Amino acid sequence: MTDTVLFDNTALEDALIRMATAIAGTEIYLVGIHSGGAKVANAIQIQLEDAGNTVHRGNLDISFYRDDLDTIGPNPEVRPSELPFDVSGKEVWLVDDVLYSGRTIRAAMDELFDYGRPSSIKLAILVDRGGRQLPISANCVGLTHNAPANCTVKLITKGTWHIEQRQVK
Amino acid sequence: MSISLLIKGGRVIDPANAIDEVCDLWIEDGHIAGIGAFDGVAESTIDATGKIVSPGLIDMHVHLREPGQEWKEDIESGSRAAVAGGITTMCCMPNTGPHIDHAGIARQIIERSNQVGLCNVLPIGAVTKNLDGKELTEMRELSRAGCVAFSDDGMPIWHAGVMRKALEYSSSFDYMIIQHAEEKQLTGDGCINEGWISTQLGVTGMPVEGEDSMIARDIMLTRRANARYHVAHISSFGGVAMVRAAQAEGLKVSTEAAPHHFALTEDEVLGYNVDAKMSPPLRTEADRLAVIEGLRDGTIEVIATDHAPHHDDDKRCGLSCAAFGIVGLETMLPVSLDLVRNDVLTMSDLIAKMTCNPARLLNLDAGTLSISSAADITLFDPEETWIVDRNKLVSKGKNTPWHGREMTGKVNYTLKGGNIVFNATASIAEEG
Amino acid sequence: MRPLKHLFGITDLDSEQIKYLVNLGHSFIDINRRSIKKAPTLRGKTIINLFFENSTRTRTSFELAGKRLSADVINISASTSATKKGESLLDTGMTLAAMQPHILVIRHSIAGTCEFLAEHLGDTSIVNAGDGAHEHPTQILTDLLTLKQTWDSMEDKVITIVGDIAHSRVARSHLIAAKKLGYKMRVVAPKTLLPSDIERYGCEVYHDFDAALPGSDAVYMLRMQTERMTDNCSIPSIREYHEAYGLNRARLNAAGSDTLVLHPGPMNRGVEIATDVADSVNSHVLSQVEHGVAIRMAVLAALCGGNDAEEISPKRNRRTKREMEEDAMKSKEGFWS
Repeated sequence: MTDTVLFDNTALEDALIRMATAIAGTEIYLVGIHSGGAKVANAIQIQLEDAGNTVHRGNLDISFYRDDLDTIGPNPEVRPSELPFDVSGKEVWLVDDVLYSGRTIRAAMDELFDYGRPSSIKLAILVDRGGRQLPISANCVGLTHNAPANCTVKLITKGTWHIEQRQVK
Repeated sequence: MSISLLIKGGRVIDPANAIDEVCDLWIEDGHIAGIGAFDGVAESTIDATGKIVSPGLIDMHVHLREPGQEWKEDIESGSRAAVAGGITTMCCMPNTGPHIDHAGIARQIIERSNQVGLCNVLPIGAVTKNLDGKELTEMRELSRAGCVAFSDDGMPIWHAGVMRKALEYSSSFDYMIIQHAEEKQLTGDGCINEGWISTQLGVTGMPVEGEDSMIARDIMLTRRANARYHVAHISSFGGVAMVRAAQAEGLKVSTEAAPHHFALTEDEVLGYNVDAKMSPPLRTEADRLAVIEGLRDGTIEVIATDHAPHHDDDKRCGLSCAAFGIVGLETMLPVSLDLVRNDVLTMSDLIAKMTCNPARLLNLDAGTLSISSAADITLFDPEETWIVDRNKLVSKGKNTPWHGREMTGKVNYTLKGGNIVFNATASIAEEG
Repeated sequence: MRPLKHLFGITDLDSEQIKYLVNLGHSFIDINRRSIKKAPTLRGKTIINLFFENSTRTRTSFELAGKRLSADVINISASTSATKKGESLLDTGMTLAAMQPHILVIRHSIAGTCEFLAEHLGDTSIVNAGDGAHEHPTQILTDLLTLKQTWDSMEDKVITIVGDIAHSRVARSHLIAAKKLGYKMRVVAPKTLLPSDIERYGCEVYHDFDAALPGSDAVYMLRMQTERMTDNCSIPSIREYHEAYGLNRARLNAAGSDTLVLHPGPMNRGVEIATDVADSVNSHVLSQVEHGVAIRMAVLAALCGGNDAEEISPKRNRRTKREMEEDAMKSKEGFWS
């Protein structure tokens, strides 16, 4: 097993600034996906609010919308989804840390639609690691890295933020 | 001297004649011809070295289900199970269908058991017609037909007035009344002993006072009638104490214990084990120890199985609905041998409780190795171990709480009237 | 954490599993409150609710839970089932299991029904929706979720449960949960309504309701089966029962202004609980109903998740008393810490 730091803290800081700039608007509806996406959304929210934008925040836990419940069982860390605003007619930004197969995003869109009918959904991703299994692409990508299939790519938030690649058997 | 069968070199124990020695026993014309050192020619010989040779065991409390419920057991299957357990005489309870409440049924059972020819079957007649506790049966007629005692077992004789009359009438002719002591107003629809276990399982319990209160009542009535009263399957601390006191007073009160009541407690029922459900129920450790003490001090003179075979259909329906009762013929001896291993009884005293004691209570010509008595003999190895497998029981009933458990003590041969009616080696060969 | 194959009772759960199910239930509350009350969690799963006893609320709660998680839910009640035609419980169970449902939710008046059926039913998961006077695990999980909304921890809380304890599966399940989670139970009833040796659960036993009230953090009133009770001499009359064991305003005041009032429903107003108490701010009865759906969603999701789940208690029927008591004594930590 080898751990490689793909992107260090500086690279992430720059990426988050770029993402905030791309997302900026008058009223922003920002929905993070538990748990990494929620942290990225928090970071972007700070940038946006510093720049004078109004941000409405929500979080989704997509545990109950996954397509692999049979094999993994419910996540013991599952938390309630919180969407303190009506999504109907809104442009909603989904935020996640790493985009891989696209299944999480599909589940998040399914859940979002159970809260109402957004006018549009956009996707902001900190790292796109390639390897899509569904026809999903992000509207806003902070960083890109093509990781081999036998590797996991993770946002590490303990200490200073960085992106780590780990080889798995 | 030439004889038909020699049992050589076993430990011959005959409590009735105070015999306990390693010697030979020989048989001629179906009767016991001699005990001692044999010097002559035998047509056949059984080597009994290391084994115990005892009178054929007597089980005075068995449910054979024939006539009426032959899918649970019949006289033939019950007889095969009995001799596999070393039992050569058993008394069958009258809760058949029709009941043993008239002479015809008693004669039919005896005739059928003679046809089968494996084990003596002696019917217990009903105390009341239809076992409904209202009108007495014709006890003299039943006695002439071969009934050796009277009971409504399965049902208590609940009505105090009827019980008084039953004791008075039966004792006029020196018959014994065997009571299933259970005050149904207290036990109601209970299914196990009432207490911590029934509370945890959330099922209705049968309070021990149900047994005790009826024994108390019956002893008072027995005193007035000067009757012969026998408590079936005693299971409670209080019951044993009352019988002990009655005996000290000189009343003709006797009792029996079933192996499950001195070997197991209500803990067996945890997990809703239907094969640990019977009436009276398995009780607490204090009750179990009281039964053992009763066996030790002689208050309880008899060990009897209350063999109650049931079909799986009657057991596979949840604890509250399952039928009461377990099979016991094939496990009576090894389970009881624990009393010897645990220094409660001597081997001779234990054998007495399964031979001459019940014979004395029921006036049977059985249960001894006296010269010229019928050669009903059980030959067993007290050390041999085997595992109870419900599917290999000879009885049609598979409802045993000992499934999968190791037994120490195995019957090798059972002889009735000098004939080998059970041979463990042969039955293994047949199986193979 | 040990995965769940069946849910027979609180007895079979350790404190970690109880905590997990309550927290999982918490995360389902939100789905029940939004306009589209549906998640695809159990899409393609079949759940059969097999109710041999009448129960509108528990059956509805299980049905909604399954449907809101997109499972296919079938309800069978005793009045429409084959049992009326003499089919045995086991045959009914095996017949339904042969139709390959993922979960059978069972309510039956006979204690131990779930354990008994599980022995014969192969792969099908079984959830106990109440068996005789034995256990009612989803009710207790529901109550814990309700209490969690108000209390930070169950540790050292006192729940006083009042009524027909002898026939109450809710009382038994709570007594077992209390030991595992470290809360205290007081049981209140005349001796006619208490089962033997109840104190061996480690609870305090009262016959005087007023003596039990001070220090009670919650008062849990049980439904009085009124007809049955007077017929078998357990109580002389409803009037006297209400006087001795009914929760009225004065008694609630004696317990304290923060004391919560719980009831598993349906309530007999004027018998075990006075109307003004039932409708007071202290009453969490309707919260219990709401949380019941969320808890049942959690239980169904937990049982469907993880194909490689091991059976939680493969040989329950041969557990010894010692094992049961050891289980009961396991880990008494407060569960929201």
